[in-house]
Amino acid sequence: MRETSAAFRRFEAVLPWILPVLVVAVWQILGSLGVLSNRIMPTPVQVAEAAVRLTQSGELPHSLAVSTWRALVGFLIGGSIGFLFGLVNGVARLAEKLTDSSIQMIRNVPHLAMIPLVIVWFGIGDEGKIFLVALGVLFPIYLNTLHGIRSVDPGLIEMGRVYGLGRGALYRKVILPGAMPSILVGLRYALGIMWLTLIVAETISSKDGIGYMAMNAREFFQLDVVVLCILLYSLLGKVSDLMAKGLERSWLKWHPHFGKPRANPPSA
Amino acid sequence: MSIDLQQVTKRFGNGPAVLDGLNLSIRAGEFIAVVGRSGCGKSTLLRFIAGLEAPSDGAILRDGRPAAGIDPSARVMFQDSRLLPWQTVEQNVMLGAQGLGRKEAREKAREALRLVGLEARARDWPSVLSGGQKQRVALARALIGNPRLLLLDEPLGALDALTRIEMQRLIERLWQQQGFTALLVTHDVAEAVALADRVILIERGTVALDLPIALARPRVKDTGFAHFEKRILDRVLEPDDRAGAQTEMVYLI
Repeated sequence: MRETSAAFRRFEAVLPWILPVLVVAVWQILGSLGVLSNRIMPTPVQVAEAAVRLTQSGELPHSLAVSTWRALVGFLIGGSIGFLFGLVNGVARLAEKLTDSSIQMIRNVPHLAMIPLVIVWFGIGDEGKIFLVALGVLFPIYLNTLHGIRSVDPGLIEMGRVYGLGRGALYRKVILPGAMPSILVGLRYALGIMWLTLIVAETISSKDGIGYMAMNAREFFQLDVVVLCILLYSLLGKVSDLMAKGLERSWLKWHPHFGKPRANPPSA
Repeated sequence: MSIDLQQVTKRFGNGPAVLDGLNLSIRAGEFIAVVGRSGCGKSTLLRFIAGLEAPSDGAILRDGRPAAGIDPSARVMFQDSRLLPWQTVEQNVMLGAQGLGRKEAREKAREALRLVGLEARARDWPSVLSGGQKQRVALARALIGNPRLLLLDEPLGALDALTRIEMQRLIERLWQQQGFTALLVTHDVAEAVALADRVILIERGTVALDLPIALARPRVKDTGFAHFEKRILDRVLEPDDRAGAQTEMVYLI
């Protein structure tokens, strides 16, 4: 960070891609040479062909859209509930006494264990998946919001009171921004759980979506489609992680850790 | 703003009183310094006057009226600057101008930053400022609302010697310009003598010494200065008969 020449920065930008590209190249070569049997593992080219085929037939865009929609709706519902409870319990002792221990008990139930029950309740449509995603993302958001609010410097809150900030302004200007780094950690973690939950739920019981596409392909032994789906998962996870990172960069730009490195060191 | 403390007492739980029947009168526009050993209750006294805490017993009058809660025309400067890290220097200063329009508040913030010599840093984050600069921003934030009472809770304690002298001069200059009442809590006797009209020494929960500093401003460290400094220090370090038994026990431990 001290002395970053243009060439070094370009090298740094390429660095994360070296390993994935290498893996794909080796994989393709082994497949082409017949070391890896195509019956066990399709080559990257075959997977790409499957992607093109499924895109043209419209199956891939449809599955992607369905899965993304479920993920987002579930995330919004669960995230809002978790955030609200975290917010209220972070400030009001009574509310925390009333709800926190119950929330902790539910949190310790692996939410995927509820799939059989969820199928009975909601069938294999959207509702069940949305319910599971919401349940999965609720807890990381709740815990991190609560923790974030608790760890806001009491000195800053006292300062706000001395300077005549009302309750609303105190939340807006002191408590929420102070809790934000922790809330965003929860958000990143929740995004991971969101995809995980959805994919497991779709794989076990569904009539569309990426998880269903993978399961369906397995029955017809279309391994190229199965591998394509697995690659899609990692891609989707990466995209949501990038989004969370973007939020961190724009909302926490005051934070020395997240802000852009400065050209000049701070003068004394 | 004038301040009157009458028989102010503070007890934490069932322990001995931190402040015990303390009486103190501060005239409007006066600069008072409160000194004393750590734990003598001088910060507690400041928190009472600010309205951040209430005494167990006794009365606090601000301008002759009983104090209830935080007074909007009083401002506190703490030992740490307590700037909001997620707001720019300018936004932090604007926090002191509650109730003003955005545009007016910004103008006043610029003006206050000019007073403390940090106009050029208005758009920076507090995290890139030095300790002394942060305290200057905190001072600008305290002064932007034209307070009638400024309470300073060891605001220079964490600064290096040179920055301290600079800050002392700045505080003195702004106090002379704006005419607010100032109460400085400090453990540095020289700082108290350099700034205050009167130095109050608190011991065993009450005023042990109330010494007017009859020196012209700006003060230089001449023999007169040394005389006052020595008088206060001697009094602080004086072995006290009434506390003799207690002191001996401490030595034995």
